[in-house]
Order: sequence, then C-alpha cells, then structure tokens
Amino acid sequence: MAQGAVRLGGRTIWSDVDLLVEEGEFVAILGPNGAGKSTLLNVLLGLEPLAAGSVSVLGGPAGASNERIGYLPQRRVFDSATRVRGVDLVRLGLDGRRWGVPLPCAGRFSARSRAASERVWKAIERVGGESYAKRPIGECSGGEQQRLLIAQALVREPRMLILDEPLDGLDLPNQAAVAALVQRVCRAEGVTVLLVAHDVNPLLPYLDRVLYLAGGRAAMGSVGEVITSETLSSLYGAPIEVLHTSDGRLVVVGQPEAPHQHGPRHVLR
Amino acid sequence: MNPRLTFDVPSDVHQLLSYPFMVNALEAASVVAVMAAVVGWFMVLRGETFAGHTLSMMSFPGAAAAALAGLPLAAGYFAFCALGAVIIAGAAELGGAARQAQRSAVIGAVGAGALAAGYLLLSLYGGVLESLESLLFGSILGVTRGEVLTLALVALGVMAFLAVVARPLFFASVDGPLARASRVPVRALAVAFLLVLGLAVAATVQITGVLLVFALLVAPAGIARELTPRIGVSLALSVLIGLLIAWVGLGLSYFTNYSPGFFSTTLAIVLFALARAARSLPVR
Repeated sequence: MAQGAVRLGGRTIWSDVDLLVEEGEFVAILGPNGAGKSTLLNVLLGLEPLAAGSVSVLGGPAGASNERIGYLPQRRVFDSATRVRGVDLVRLGLDGRRWGVPLPCAGRFSARSRAASERVWKAIERVGGESYAKRPIGECSGGEQQRLLIAQALVREPRMLILDEPLDGLDLPNQAAVAALVQRVCRAEGVTVLLVAHDVNPLLPYLDRVLYLAGGRAAMGSVGEVITSETLSSLYGAPIEVLHTSDGRLVVVGQPEAPHQHGPRHVLR
Repeated sequence: MNPRLTFDVPSDVHQLLSYPFMVNALEAASVVAVMAAVVGWFMVLRGETFAGHTLSMMSFPGAAAAALAGLPLAAGYFAFCALGAVIIAGAAELGGAARQAQRSAVIGAVGAGALAAGYLLLSLYGGVLESLESLLFGSILGVTRGEVLTLALVALGVMAFLAVVARPLFFASVDGPLARASRVPVRALAVAFLLVLGLAVAATVQITGVLLVFALLVAPAGIARELTPRIGVSLALSVLIGLLIAWVGLGLSYFTNYSPGFFSTTLAIVLFALARAARSLPVR
C-alpha cells in the first residue's frame, strides 16, 4: 500500500500510510483503540475503499484474491447457546459461501466431499484441535475456540493470514501458545501473516516487523526501530517513553489518549 | 357415531382416517409440520424466534382484512405475514448501525400494531369472524382440498428456497463477520429469510392458530438442537419431532373436541423441557 488514506463518516482515520509486506513475513499491526487497525485490514480485504493512495494485495487489487487469504475477524465469542460443532465451523471456512446443501452421507459416495473433510481435519490437526473439534463450539474454552477459528482461517491453505486481535481475551499461556502457533504456520509454510494486536509482548520472539498506527499516521520497521521513545513521541505528537524490563518486555508510558478513543487503555504493557 | 379413544392404536387410527375432513387436516398438518420444522430450525439458529412469533400475529389482521374484503382467509394470512416481514426487514435495513439494539423494539411495535389493526378490522367487519377462537388457537375443521394444495405449494417453494441458500445462510447465521468478508450476501439473505419465514408462519398459523405457532415452529428445532450439535441429524430430528407434535395434537383434538393447538403446544413444551433437562445432566 502506498500513501493510503481512509475516511469513515467524513473523518480521516489515517493518511499517508505506506505498508510493504514481503512474502512469508510476520508483521504485527499495533496502535491504540480507534487508530484504524481493523480498518486497515478491511482495506486489504477490499471491504473498505481507500480515499487516497493505492493498494495491491497478492499481486492484484484488494479483494480480488480473498480466496487465498485466511481471515480471522475480531474475536467472536460463541456462548453455550451455540450448538454448532467446531468441525462444522471449520468446514464453513472451506465452502460456506457455496450455494446449495451438502447431501447427507456424501462422504461415502463422493470423492470430492471426502477430500473436503480431509482438508478440514488437516487444518484442525495443524492447530492441535482434534480432541475438541467435535464438541459444540460453545462448550470449548476461549483458547480452544480461538485455535479452531485459526483452523477455519487455514482450511483453504491460504498464502496470507490476516488475523484481527487473535490474542484478545486469552490468558497469558494461551496468548503465548497461539502466537507460537501462528509463527509456526508462517515459518514452516511461508504464509505471510498480518496480525493486529494490542500488546506486542507475547509476539516479541516471533515478529519480523511492526506497523504502528497512531494519531492518524503510521510508522513501520523492526520492533527496535519503531517502538522507541523518539518514534512513538513523533507519532503521538506528545512525549512517550519506552521502557525495557529486565526480561526483555516493553512498557510504553506517558501515552496520551488517541483522538476519539473511548477510554484510557494501555496499548503496550 | 361419536369418536371414542379406545387406546387400541390401529382402530383409533382407522377411526381418524374414516372422515375426509380428518384426512385433509392430517395432510395439511404434516406438510406444515415438515416445513415449519426446517424453517424454524434456521429461525432458532438465527435467534429470530421473536420475529417469528410477531409475524404470526400479523395473520390476525390478515384474516380480519380478508373477511372484510370477502377474500379467502388464507390470502389475508399470506399477504399480511409477508407485509410484516417487509416492515421488520425494512426497519432493520434503515436503522443502520443501531439496528441490532432497536430490532426487538421494532418487532414489538409490529406485533402491537398487528393486534390493534386486527381488532379495528374485526369491528369494521361487524359480523362474526367464522370463529375468532379457532383463528387464535387453531382448528382441525374445514381444511379443504384446495387449501391442502396451497399449503403444499407454499411448503415446496419454501423448502426449495432453503435448499438453495442453506449453506451460506447457515454460515451467515453462525459467523456473520467472516461470512461478510467471504462475500456472502449476508444482508440480502437476512431479508430473504424473513420473507420466507413470513410465508412459512402464515401456513403454520392455519394449523396451530395465531397464538400457538411455538408448537410447530420453535419447539421441534429447539428440542433437536438440545439433543445434538450435528447439523444434519438435528435437522432430521426437528422434522420428526414436528410431525409427532402435529399428529398427536390433531389426534387428541379429534377425540376430545378441544383445539389441536392446545395439545400440540403442551406436548411441545413437555418435550422441550425434557430435552433441556436431559442436556444439563452431567452424563456424557
């Protein structure tokens, strides 16, 4: 994307954003609430038009190659009223948009249907979800649900994964496990990963680069280049200090509220 | 000869089938039960039970308006239920971002408006509507061959529509955000489903009565979904339960002269309660 800008409801969310992601890279998109991170993903998926600039995804216009993109929307919670099995949900990622009904017992007669269910199980194995995929999704824990949803995004064997806050609402061990899982997919199969996150720390061991959105602008580079007192201060237009803890974690302090955001929230802990 | 329940099943069934009006009623109920079970399954999945109930209320002014205009009651049912679906869908579309929060308020308004309009139309009509009671609570009498045929055609159309959209509709219902990103026409499907729900409700009302559509529209799907999370099994169970509820309701109504809606609804509620209780048991 070059010089991209987006306007929503007459308000410019961000402008002059340049984003270049190499194939097989693991890039995190960071920033405060309301900075337009999810909007950026919508632009890449062709769901939201750019007001200025240009964007190309997997060698074509945005939205043209969504078949080859695995997308995980912002955390969807399935409560116990959702009487749908995990495996059926993963299957929707494969053929949910096709019209018609699958015939009952098709697996016994049609090779294509057998192949489809093999792909579904392969995706479930990749996230280690075999033991709970046949339970109703509402009865799975948050971490199990998120792994199944990642399987759903992986089931088409995409060239690119676009994950919107996949770590949100998970406890720390699950955050680490999901981050490691995403990195494994990225490294082992050369899948490009764009991941929106609030907290960079669970991702630190795995990231190639970050894009930091704040104050309507963006900065891109390695973690060491972007998450510094200087870069963030200039993005926010206010003094920001980045502290390094002894175990290598990053703490951002002094960060003002982003414009139009709803309440105080620490972006980086 | 007065109907007498002998508790000898073959002879009871023989009694039932010896009257053409009972054969018509059973055929109509079976057709409606199958259709309502399938449409209701998607309705419960989408959390649109309230909309379904409200659409059934639209058939009350529908019947009154048809009586006033000298048309068959069924015409009024279908026209007004479809109108209700259009209003609910239209309000949801116009509402924009706040539409989810406002949706139940809009549906409530449609329901209240339906009852008020029905009452007014009934007063204007002046005469006695064939039987207000059987309109509200269902009746086994007076289903004609023509009506059975109409119901069968409606059911066929509804099922054909669902067969075409089943998978994307399921996708949009359980996982809207991803379905939208996958270019499933989520909003068009929502509107189309409401319209089809309106047609299905208008047909169901003719068996269960306006107030008791729960028995055929909600309960079978609710029970089946409690019993299994498997999609195909749950749909098939829903249909079987719907048929059971319809047949038992009609049968008991024949032998007792009380409304079939009462028996169907009672059986449906008992089964629903049992299914919920069964699921909450800790047995795997």
